[in-house]
Amino acid sequence: MVIQQDKMQSLATRMSQDEVKGRSPWADARKRFLRNKAAMTGLIILIGVALFALLGNQFAQWSNEDLDFTVMGQVATMGMPSFENGHYFGTDDLGRDLFARTVQGTQISLMVGIVGAAIAVIVGTLYGATAGYVGGRTDQIMMRAVDILMSIPYMFVLILLLVMFGRSIAMLFLGIGLISWLDMSRIVRGQTLSLKNREFIEAARATGVPSWKIIIRHIVPNLLGLVAVYATLLVPLMILTESFISFLGLGVQEPLTSWGALISEGAGTMNYGTLWQLAFPLFFFVITLFGFFFVGDGLRDALDPKDR
Amino acid sequence: MFAYIMRRLAVAVPTLLLLIVFSFILMHLAPGGPFTQERELPPQVLANLNAKYGLDDPLWKQIINYIWGIVAHFDFGPSFVYPDRSVNELVAAGFPVTLTYGSLAFIAAVVMGVGLGVVAAIWHNSFLDYLAVGISIGAQVLPNFVMAPILVLIFTLWYGLLPGGGWSFSDPSFWIMPVIALGTSYMASIARITRSSMLEVLGSNHIRTARAKGMPEHRVIIRHALKPAMLPVISYLGPVFVSMITGSVVIDIYFSTGGIGKAFVDSALNRDYAVMMGVTILVGALTIVFNLVVDVLYAWIDPKIRY
Amino acid sequence: MALLEIDDLSVRFATNDGEVQAVNHVNLSVEAGETLGIVGESGSGKSQLSFALMGLLARNGRASGNVRFDGQQILNAPPKVLNRIRAEKIAMIFQDPMTSLNPYMRVSDQMAEVLTLHKGMSKKQAVTEAVRMLDAVKIPDAKGRVRLYPHEFSGGMRQRVMIAMALLCRPQLLIADEPTTALDVTVQAQIMTLLADLQREFGMAMILITHDLGVVAGSCERVAVMYGGRIRETGPVGPLFAEPAHPYTQGLLHAIPRINQGGDELAAIPGSPPNMTQPPAGCAFEPRCPYRREGCDSQRPPLEVFAPDRARACFAPLPDVLARRQTVHLRDIEIGAEDPVEEEATPMAAIAGAGMAGTPSKVDE
Repeated sequence: MVIQQDKMQSLATRMSQDEVKGRSPWADARKRFLRNKAAMTGLIILIGVALFALLGNQFAQWSNEDLDFTVMGQVATMGMPSFENGHYFGTDDLGRDLFARTVQGTQISLMVGIVGAAIAVIVGTLYGATAGYVGGRTDQIMMRAVDILMSIPYMFVLILLLVMFGRSIAMLFLGIGLISWLDMSRIVRGQTLSLKNREFIEAARATGVPSWKIIIRHIVPNLLGLVAVYATLLVPLMILTESFISFLGLGVQEPLTSWGALISEGAGTMNYGTLWQLAFPLFFFVITLFGFFFVGDGLRDALDPKDR
Repeated sequence: MFAYIMRRLAVAVPTLLLLIVFSFILMHLAPGGPFTQERELPPQVLANLNAKYGLDDPLWKQIINYIWGIVAHFDFGPSFVYPDRSVNELVAAGFPVTLTYGSLAFIAAVVMGVGLGVVAAIWHNSFLDYLAVGISIGAQVLPNFVMAPILVLIFTLWYGLLPGGGWSFSDPSFWIMPVIALGTSYMASIARITRSSMLEVLGSNHIRTARAKGMPEHRVIIRHALKPAMLPVISYLGPVFVSMITGSVVIDIYFSTGGIGKAFVDSALNRDYAVMMGVTILVGALTIVFNLVVDVLYAWIDPKIRY
Repeated sequence: MALLEIDDLSVRFATNDGEVQAVNHVNLSVEAGETLGIVGESGSGKSQLSFALMGLLARNGRASGNVRFDGQQILNAPPKVLNRIRAEKIAMIFQDPMTSLNPYMRVSDQMAEVLTLHKGMSKKQAVTEAVRMLDAVKIPDAKGRVRLYPHEFSGGMRQRVMIAMALLCRPQLLIADEPTTALDVTVQAQIMTLLADLQREFGMAMILITHDLGVVAGSCERVAVMYGGRIRETGPVGPLFAEPAHPYTQGLLHAIPRINQGGDELAAIPGSPPNMTQPPAGCAFEPRCPYRREGCDSQRPPLEVFAPDRARACFAPLPDVLARRQTVHLRDIEIGAEDPVEEEATPMAAIAGAGMAGTPSKVDE
């Protein structure tokens, strides 16, 4: 599981070359993307998962918090997936409806993933663009700081933070987002350095546009392709991180749940014969990761077509 | 080369100090002291405890004492929750276990990942390539916490071949599932990176030159393609190392292997800050040392790197 | 019998955006000791032609036709046959000396491996021989520098290393693919002189691939002009330069800037090379041709001999071309840029360099 930095580098180079030629890289890219079967499959999967998260509760017969007393205590025999009693995905070991729980877990995992990626992308882009644009000593200090932060075992620090300041969703968002912007900032900085000396930037500078405005108005929009690809590939990483922490029981707290927490529960109870508790959350987890990877890779290949 | 290593160390040491200071301050910012527990302690007891652990000293003095303890005696202080045990003891108990399955998983992931990637690149667009790509795409959505239960389900619950948890240094059957669970997704990533960098290198100009020399293809690959193709893989080894240490937490919890991950999670759940910090700093130090090794390796392969 | 005979050679590339027809039905021959120049714009297929000869096409490339070297079929020959010819009989110099040498190996190792491979020399003998060859290409202090890495040489020196490496086995044919394109003008002249000297000294034949007509005039005996993957005109250097019989050759020669040139604009051939994913049904040069006439856009002109040793592929009557009686004044009309909207995405891999310039940038709108 990884975002391949060398491929991102190649994409960055490609995007800035197109800028020179004055071509829009998006026009051709859209066609390539639409022709890419894996990417389109991924997109359809993601739309499906999003619909499941948004509309799933309309179809649920049970709320995610209610206990079904008829199956309690005999979950292995009575709580299996069935349309008759309305537990489409069965129930968990407490008799709660797994369908409703999965819908809720999907909502939370997607939210953490997207918000976390958004924070990482925004912080990384602004930081990298600033370092690259200002340049000189500021740039050196800023990038040295990134180097240092890179060698911190962030997962441990995140757990440290969660334990010390209490487990809350906000803390999770912030922690996950704030530890993932480092790679992003490096690539954006490199890209900014190469954009900086282009005529249109120099023209803006010559007419007295302030630096921050140039960064927001001219540099950042030109980084769009790179950022889009990065963000798409970052979401599954964020979901993985959140699931990892929730699996350890340090993430979201009951009554909230997430894929990681559900997988953890399912893994804990599977030797009682209630395999569906593991299977359904795992299924959604896996296909969503697939979906994001395929879309992200497809987007990158569309913007930077090479045979590989 | 020596000067290069020294220069890198000159950066590594402040980084480590920064990490120590950062986690130390964090610990003191945390709401409530380390002894704030469900049960209220009498003020006198609390004061005694604070005095015993030096928590009534000014912050800067505590930090210096702490760092001095680590630097001079490799002593991370006592545990806050089990006063009769030191952090060193708690960590040392788990370290050999983590080291054993961790290094096995690391080596397996690198060897198999590189092998798979090279094979896929050489026989590009063949059945082998598709198989390798399929494996690596499939495995990357199988992180350790997904692999672990699946492995137990198959090998323990269904077939009863392997013990579902526990650890023994003398019986490798305890090692198999931790190694597979920990290594699979990284093997997949390494295979992907190797494949794409190998493809890139095989299409490069200097490989065309080598072919124009009339060399058999296998010699072209071994002599000319392998080294440059390994560079992206090597720079990925640092992150793999960190992620594997992180992943060991899951392994230790799920398979009850009793490595340092267990010490960390137990301390996290007990709010035993001393142990948490100790583990974090240890892992940080390992990471920094490992990254240094990786950088030196990289510089050794790539003559264009000035050191 | 000629040393190298190329018969009906075509090269195709399978890309995601369709098949690229890089080289189409080319016939050429090279005599022993002769120098043949192949001239054309970027993307005219001249480099791919040379890669095809050596079996060095990219993975997605396929060559068809016949290529005989010394009577032996070498096109698509099995690796065993090819590997005995490569470097030993036919050697090659590439366009970009920066990337064509292995950046991770010492020059001594890269050169020595050719000799240990083909001549069975020991490593030590091979390095000695490599130093001798580096001396021959006039690299100062060859003995001291042979242990360096390629990035420690300047561009011109690197190309000298490439040349020395190509000559190690004293090949009968040297293919030089734009050997001076990536170099400074002064260095270009030195390298060309060096190549000419070495060619005479070693008595080998040479195929010089270039877009630089000055280079051709200085060092070749015969020239083939390529456009859109096809040969447009061939002939001995003198007559071809004096009386270009094809509109494209004329355009190329006209585009060379001259000191005594009037006006302030550089002459250029208007328009841009064709997209070889969808080659035009007629003559590929037709949209840019000032002599075009009816039928040019629907039929392909065959390569026809019109004088001893000279041939051209054009429908315009020879006297008209020679007398510069143009049918269209191309400055007045828009060319290329207003091509009908393409349905397919533009192939990135298909066209090198200049080919991109004429493609409408906003295909969708």
